This record gives sequence, structure tokens and C-alpha cells, in this order.
Amino acid sequence: MGYDDLKQHAKDIRKKIILMLNKAGSGHTGGSLGMADVFAALYFRVFEKSIHTDKEDRDRFILSNGHINPVWYAALAEAGFIPEKELMTLRQVNSRLQGHPANIDIPLVELSTGSLGQGFPASVGLAIGYKMDKKKSHVFVGLGDGEMEEGSIWEALMAGAHYKLGNLIAFVDRNMVQQAGKTEEMMALDPLKDKVEAFNWTVYEADGHDFKQIIDTFEKAKNNKKGPSFIIFHTHMGQGVSFVLDNFEWHGVAPDDKQKEQALKEIEEK
Amino acid sequence: MYNLKNEKKLATRDGFGKALIRLGEKNKNIVALSASVGDSTRAYEFREKFPDRYIEAGIAEQNMIGMAAGLALAGKIPFPSSFATFLPGRCYDHIRQSVCYSNLNVKLVSTHAGLTVGPDGATHQMMEDIAMMRATPNIKVIVPADALEAEKAIEAVAEMKGPAYVRLGREKTPVFTTEETPFEIGKAVHLRKGKDITIIACGLMVYYSLLAAESLEKEGISAAVINMHTIKPIDREAIIKAAKQTKAIVTAEEHQVNGGLGGAVAEVLSQEYPARLKIIGMEDRFGESGNAKDLLEKYGLTEKRIIKEVKKLLQ
Repeated sequence: MGYDDLKQHAKDIRKKIILMLNKAGSGHTGGSLGMADVFAALYFRVFEKSIHTDKEDRDRFILSNGHINPVWYAALAEAGFIPEKELMTLRQVNSRLQGHPANIDIPLVELSTGSLGQGFPASVGLAIGYKMDKKKSHVFVGLGDGEMEEGSIWEALMAGAHYKLGNLIAFVDRNMVQQAGKTEEMMALDPLKDKVEAFNWTVYEADGHDFKQIIDTFEKAKNNKKGPSFIIFHTHMGQGVSFVLDNFEWHGVAPDDKQKEQALKEIEEK
Repeated sequence: MYNLKNEKKLATRDGFGKALIRLGEKNKNIVALSASVGDSTRAYEFREKFPDRYIEAGIAEQNMIGMAAGLALAGKIPFPSSFATFLPGRCYDHIRQSVCYSNLNVKLVSTHAGLTVGPDGATHQMMEDIAMMRATPNIKVIVPADALEAEKAIEAVAEMKGPAYVRLGREKTPVFTTEETPFEIGKAVHLRKGKDITIIACGLMVYYSLLAAESLEKEGISAAVINMHTIKPIDREAIIKAAKQTKAIVTAEEHQVNGGLGGAVAEVLSQEYPARLKIIGMEDRFGESGNAKDLLEKYGLTEKRIIKEVKKLLQ
């Protein structure tokens, strides 16, 4: 199977991110762009048949690093779960699309996140609940690498392994940057794989911009029933837009009109 | 409506343990969590009966709250419990975002609240929790007056949809309410009629308020007593009615004078029916080690203190 459709969806998702953040005038551009490929793969392959709201034991997804929700909303719009034109209401009064995810009547957004280190613990509880009921579906949770500095992340890592949650798949956006600098300079996280393995999780690594690797890795994680899976997606913050690429100063900044035009052009040409 | 002569003493946490088992028998979606203190919070009683529905969180309260939120997303009715100093103290941000803002069906139970924790000292004498929880949208805040009322409260929060916080104590205290004493979330219980003054109390202090009212009666002062078991939503009508029918109001709680029951009553009175008010509680300071009785005496959470403040107010 080719990945041309995913490439196109990722492009559209990136464009939506730029357009909505430019309209909003604030928000998190870098991390959102960096995860566009993973979200395209999630909503058009991994979740394609498994996450619809009318399924009682659907796969579930929680975004623990809530600030990259522009990529989530863009993917939800791309997949038809929310109207595309609503994206332009992001961060404005009376919108469902809050600056950080809020579970106010948006399909598939079930937990409010934003204060870091909280979505991951909730995903552990959700997976325990599914396991109790012997549901076969999976719980997915997205994390940021900077977020992993929060203590509650390590509490959740302990619990996920303790309860042998073969239905839980965590993935981290390992872009090596956080709001005020490089992760390894702010608070060193490496060797991340060794650390998480030492917590008794099965750890996978993949290029977060290679669709084949993304999909194959999710597939492997789904087949790992013996305990929880942890995927390290190596990504570039701002992927697709040259002036955002790997630049932590773009953590929480929105593109102005000129930057918007430049970004849309670069995304289209890629 | 109440019986001050009942010699039975039980801790409110025992009411929790008992009610949770009853709930567990009725509803398979009830689950319990505890953070390595399940023997103390009485969550272990549930574990014994329903081991598959008990989740140990280890000494990790933040993750426990997150897990509870996730369990609610899975359709469960989770009861995470720990000591009040940790729940809500340690994990407030998780309660705020994952439970309250997300508006999930999580029933938070804190035990070992207040000064009566005793010898463990100020670190474990949580007296700011009502203020924290009361300031947070979407959650109901309940402080049962005795073990029997705690049972009713636990059953009531399981019935309702959405977040709730139930505050319980460690110390054995008199069981003075009866099976017939009504309990409805948000509805104050008018335990005793009176025409001079109204004492509005919660938790342990309801018992002392009743004792104080009996003593005052002998001195010719007629004091009404209201058990304000629900701090949020507060029963505004009961407070306004009390202000209209009596000359002044005294509140009593095992909590800081800032932001607790007294604060809630003051907010209603000052905006809707200004009346004279005295708030009895911990005077903006930390406690210390000691047995419960000595501490209550030292920090003025007694029948005697209530009598003194009532007289002062009526002078």
C-alpha cells in the first residue's frame, strides 16, 4: 500500500494548523506541525475503523501534551469529525475549540488536558477499566518529551507496567525541544529508551515522519499483549516549515500573515 | 432527629468503608482506589470483598486521580481515597483539570481531615481542603457529621452524576444522627429549633454545637442548630431563613476560618441578608501534635468555645 494519501492528509493538516493559528493569533505551532505525520497516520490508518463514537468499545485516544491540540483538531476536521470551518474559531470566545483540549461536546475529545502530566495517568486508568471489562480495544496516549519531566509521568509509567496493560500504547513526540530550550539542556531525558525499558515497558523507536515506520510501529505495539507499549517518535518540531524547524522559540508562537503565506507555500511545495 | 445520648462512637471513615461495600454489591461499576493507605481509609474493606475492583495506586496520589478519571471514562464509578493532606492537598491540579474541568464521574474521599488526626501533627492535619475544593467549579463538597451520615453521603454521591468530594475524619466520634435523620445533598438539616441565635456547623462540630445549644438553653438562650453537611452547593435558603429568624449566626468547623463553611455562609449573608456572624475554626495557623481532645481544646473547637462566642455575639 502506498502512502500518497497520507502524505496529502498530512499536508492538509499542516495547512490547517497554520491557518487556524494565524487566525487565532496565538498557540503552539512547532509541536503541532511536528506531529502532523503521526496524526495523519493515526486518523487515516490506525484509528480508521476503530475510534468512531458509535462504537461502545472503541479505541480511545488521550492527548496528554494538550498544547499541541491544533494538530489534533486539524486531524479531526480532516477526518470529518468536526466541521472544517469551525477550526477558524480556535481560541475565540464561545468556541468549542479551546486553547487546550476541553471535553466540551467535541467528538473524541474526552478528557481536558493542558496542565502537563495528567493525560497519561488517565490513560492508565482507562486501560485498567477496559481490561476489567475484557474489552479488546486499545487506549492510545500522546505525550511530549518535555512533558516527561513531570513526576506524575513516572508514576503512570510504574502503574502501567504494574498492571501489565497490554492494551495501552503511549507515544512520545521526541523532538528534543521544549518551551524555553533544548530538552537535554533544560533537564536531560536521555537515555529515554533505557529509562522506560527499566520501568518494564516495551519500547519501540521510529522516525515520526516516515509513514511506513509509524504504521508498522503502531501495529507492533498493538500486537504486544504482554504489557504496555511505548513508542518514541523521533520528530522535528516545525517539520514542513523551514523557519519553524527545530527552533524552540516557535513552541508557543503563532505565524503572522507574512509567515502564514510563506509557510503555506512551503507546505504545498514539499 | 438526633440522639446525644447514644454512646456509640465511630469514625466517619468507618461509614465510608461500610457504605462502599453496600454500593459494591449493588453496582458492579463501583471501583475503589487508594494510595497505600487503604487500611486507614477503609478502602481495604472493599478490597477484601471485591479484589478485582480495587486498584492500588501506590504512594502516588497524582496518578491515582488520573487513573480515577480514566476509569470514569471507561464507565466506572471510581472512589479514590487518601488522607486529606494528600487528597486534595498533594494532587489538587489533577483534581482541578482531570476531574472537575473534565467533569467526570469521580468520587473523591479524603479521610484524616482536620485537627483530630492528632499526634501525627500539622503535616497531616489538613484544614485547607474545604477552601480548595469549594473554590473549584463542578464539584460538590460534603462534610458528614458522623459515621452514619458518612454512609448516607457516600451512597448519595454514588447516585449523582459528576465530581464529588467527601471529607472524613480519623478519630472516633459520637454517632448522634439516626437512620431517620434526613440527608439530601445541598439541603441543610435543621436539627434544633431556636429563636435567639443559629449555630451552623459541619463535621465533628455539629455534635459540639448541639451540646452547646443544650447548655445555652439552661441559661435561657435559645439556639438553633443547622447541620450544613453540604458546603457546596451551599443551602442559601437555610442560611437566609436563619438570619431572618434569629439575631445572629455562629459557624463552627474543623477547618481554617478562611474559605471554609464560615466563608461560604459569610458570602451568602453579606450579599443577600446581612447579619451578625462569628466564624469559629482554625485561626489561620497550623496545628501541632497532641491527642485530639487536647488539640480541640487548645485551638478552641469545643462546646465551651461555641457557648462563649454565642454569648459575646448576643451581648
